[in-house]
Amino acid sequence: MLRRVVPDVPLLVTALALSAYGIAMVYSAGQTDVPTSALHAWVSQLRWLVLGVIAAWGITRGSVRFYEWVALPAYVLSIFLLAALLVIGTGAGTAAGVKSWIAIGGVRLGQPSELAKIAMAMMLARVLAERREPPKSLLDLWKPAAVVAVPWVLIMMQPDLGTGIVFIGIFFAMLFWSGVPLPLLLLLASPAVSLILAFNTNVWGAWFLVLLALVLWYKPFMLEGVALMTANVVMGVVAPILWERLAPYQRHRLLVFLDPSIDPRNSGWHVIQSQVAIGSGGWLGKGFLEGTQKRLAFLPEQHTDFIFAVLGEELGFLGVTLALTLFLFLLFRSVRIAERASDSFGSLLAFGLASSWMVHIIVNVGMTLNLMPITGIPLPFFSYGGSFMLACWLAIGLLSRIALEGRGAKVGDLAI
Amino acid sequence: MSFHPNDLARRARVASWGLIVLFTLLLAAFFRTQILENSRYALQSEENRLREVPLPAPRGIIYGRNNRVIAENVPGYSVLLLSPSADSLRASLNRIATIVPLTSDQIELAVRRYERAPSRPTVLLSDAPFDVVSVLEERRIEFPGLIIQTAPKRFYPDGAAVGSFVGYVGEITDAELASPRYHGYKAGQQVGKGGLEREYEDTLRGREGVRFVEVDARGRVVREAGARQDLLPQAGAPLYTNIDMDLQRFVAGIFADSLQGGAIALDPKTGGVLALYSAPSYDPNQFIGGIPTALWKQLTDDPRHPLYNKVIQGRYPPGSTWKLATAAMALQDGLVTMDEHMPVPCTGGFQFGSRYFRCWDHKGHGSISLAGAIEQSCDVYFYQLGLKLGLANLVAGGLKFGMRERSGIDLPDESRPLFPYADADGYFDRKYGKRGWSQAVVLNLSIGQGENAQTVANMGRFYTALAEDGEAATPEIARRAPRHSRIFTLTDQQMDGLRTALAGVVEAGTARSAQIQGVVLAGKTGTAQNSQDPTRDHAWFVGFAPADNPKIVVAVMLEFGLHGTRAARIASKIVDAYLHTTTTQFIKTEE
Repeated sequence: MLRRVVPDVPLLVTALALSAYGIAMVYSAGQTDVPTSALHAWVSQLRWLVLGVIAAWGITRGSVRFYEWVALPAYVLSIFLLAALLVIGTGAGTAAGVKSWIAIGGVRLGQPSELAKIAMAMMLARVLAERREPPKSLLDLWKPAAVVAVPWVLIMMQPDLGTGIVFIGIFFAMLFWSGVPLPLLLLLASPAVSLILAFNTNVWGAWFLVLLALVLWYKPFMLEGVALMTANVVMGVVAPILWERLAPYQRHRLLVFLDPSIDPRNSGWHVIQSQVAIGSGGWLGKGFLEGTQKRLAFLPEQHTDFIFAVLGEELGFLGVTLALTLFLFLLFRSVRIAERASDSFGSLLAFGLASSWMVHIIVNVGMTLNLMPITGIPLPFFSYGGSFMLACWLAIGLLSRIALEGRGAKVGDLAI
Repeated sequence: MSFHPNDLARRARVASWGLIVLFTLLLAAFFRTQILENSRYALQSEENRLREVPLPAPRGIIYGRNNRVIAENVPGYSVLLLSPSADSLRASLNRIATIVPLTSDQIELAVRRYERAPSRPTVLLSDAPFDVVSVLEERRIEFPGLIIQTAPKRFYPDGAAVGSFVGYVGEITDAELASPRYHGYKAGQQVGKGGLEREYEDTLRGREGVRFVEVDARGRVVREAGARQDLLPQAGAPLYTNIDMDLQRFVAGIFADSLQGGAIALDPKTGGVLALYSAPSYDPNQFIGGIPTALWKQLTDDPRHPLYNKVIQGRYPPGSTWKLATAAMALQDGLVTMDEHMPVPCTGGFQFGSRYFRCWDHKGHGSISLAGAIEQSCDVYFYQLGLKLGLANLVAGGLKFGMRERSGIDLPDESRPLFPYADADGYFDRKYGKRGWSQAVVLNLSIGQGENAQTVANMGRFYTALAEDGEAATPEIARRAPRHSRIFTLTDQQMDGLRTALAGVVEAGTARSAQIQGVVLAGKTGTAQNSQDPTRDHAWFVGFAPADNPKIVVAVMLEFGLHGTRAARIASKIVDAYLHTTTTQFIKTEE
């Protein structure tokens, strides 16, 4: 029996538009005066897009119930792959020191961490969906926390700070969607905030008082409150020690983020040239394929991490606005799908996937303007990279399926 | 957990608003960077990709009389290098050094040039030979920042023959860059370095043009854009001079390699410099594109000092050529006539106080007139004439004749002659102490010895006044309005007498061997004591011709020339060459 599938049309159209836009930019990124390896990247990217669309279509064939069941094996598999990476992983390009690639016989197959994001989101959705009551205390969150912690630790051991940030983002977004009150989320995040603010004792002191007020107002369990405050104090104390223990290049990166001009020719070069590229774009940009910063290789990683700078330079503020609008629409649509999902697993998964994109977009785009530190997070649908393109389209497939089973979908379209 | 639709709708609203806030912030950041700060970043991106390459302007051509070329420009090649840093420049240079000859000095020089102006392309070779250019052009792909362009190269067709006055061009030095004289110049530019090239730098330099090349992040030249029309180089204005190239070559030829000294030929009416030569000379063409260290050492070590201009820088006691100054002063003051004899006849010397002053001719000249004393260059006569004038008058007269002033020739670095100043007593008091000198200094001064050292150019200027009834003409190489000044006033009779006496020097006097067939040469020999080597005196001759209608004034000084007669022979050849080439009617057939 033929099963007619009508996926979420706006979602599909937006994703296709973003992919086409992205491949056009990857093509442009390859058009440099002195040819680089990026010259033919767009062909490969197109191939991965086709593969991704087919895979997404395949995903829509399975039921949400099936994906809930498959979450556990997928999660276990991704844990296994991430662990294996630490032994057999290889680096690539500028991130040669990071073991994020899995390769067989020298042929790089892909980055397991891209698939791990989806698997982790599925597993987290499954664990959170099991609960009937929203968590009232931090202790209630140990199980979802553990689900995230295991792959997170493995990823930080690669070390891949960018993907680690994405995991944290997904975790908090899904806790929020599962109904964890915002104050509790804030308390959960407080030790991390302490870690950052500890570099200035006065600021940290102020933060500690705010936190104390929050604890007294929210009234968690006594033990929990004490543990929380202790954690904040400990973080405040260990921060300088951690800073000392950071590798010099990591420390340098953070300092350059605060002020790129301290090292304009080396560490600061990327972000300075990216800002010059974007800033020189103006309203309409220098024209497609015409970006001088890109053409003359002033722009680093122009087809991967800094693809958005190429867009900003060549298509100007209008091009940027168009891209961000498309992204915003994609996220709105995904939130809508989460809102209308037929069950809590689908709803959580949809929101988790959306939050993963959001973190990628904010961090990547923010990085091109030095609003975020350079962490090497790719831009969905734009940045050159097969695994990530595939992962994005798998997510589109999952979202389509959840939409298909959700409220608002026409009866009879259900393909169970 | 709570997945009631109402709860989800609320959370979806929170999430949506959160997204809107985040994206609005992002968009605002882009608006600030792309729209508000656009001009700043646009400029930075242009600066990133475009490099200014200077296009040197052809210098103005220097012409002699009849538009004969003295200095011109020929096509040359300059090799420049764009580099993002001094280290990368050094690396490129070391690689280039493996295929074309480059000394470590040249590499260091290029690095210094880079550090002076990192944004301008560094000049590696300002005059690259063709074989070097073709090798580099062939392997250009290996040297990404390499720029090879044609650049006008200075060329002096007559080489060493014009080296004494034309100067040369070279890269501007740090000291020059710092001086206000070279305001607006940039490091790496070529400037005139001496001679006419420096004197008329502002006329000759023209205006440098600019073109832009597009470079990538590694400094590779990816596109060579042409110059904009308004940025094309503008050639310098030509310089027209009074130099008679045939005469100049002739003068250079007679000095040849063996003689050492200087000569200047002037047009007595305008002061125009017909020829100026200091021997030995040097070929300024060898200095173009950087002076090779070995050549520079050879020139500076040469005991004959080829870089020292013996016409405008060398100062020599004028010797007997000065006697005309003493005579002119005395005639002007009415102290003597051409026929007047002095009380003491010449017996080969003159007793003054406790000292005996010799005449150059130990046999003595007997009792002779002023005309005779000039012809025979009798010292004893002039000792007495000097005493008659007195120290104050003698010094005042010399100052009036410009003997303490530069000739004013349009060349840089002219020396000022040595001569007492107006307060002659004070001058000698200072020099020898109050009781350390006597009126005997008058005797020395009156025959051109003592506290008197003149340049060849200045003696030439003085003789233009003898040729032109007291009007001295400032020597001018460039053709422009003549500058005259009356330095003495004599009656026609007195002038005739002086000229006849000067003609007599060559007809029957000390310069008999310098006669020219068909032309009456008037002039005075001189033998100047050489302070460094008393056995080898300098030889002078200053004169003009034809005596009755002077067309040329010649001053010749031969270092270690021993006797003025030898200088007179050189001078007569110069006059002969000039008069017979320019005015053929002076050739008279034997009657």
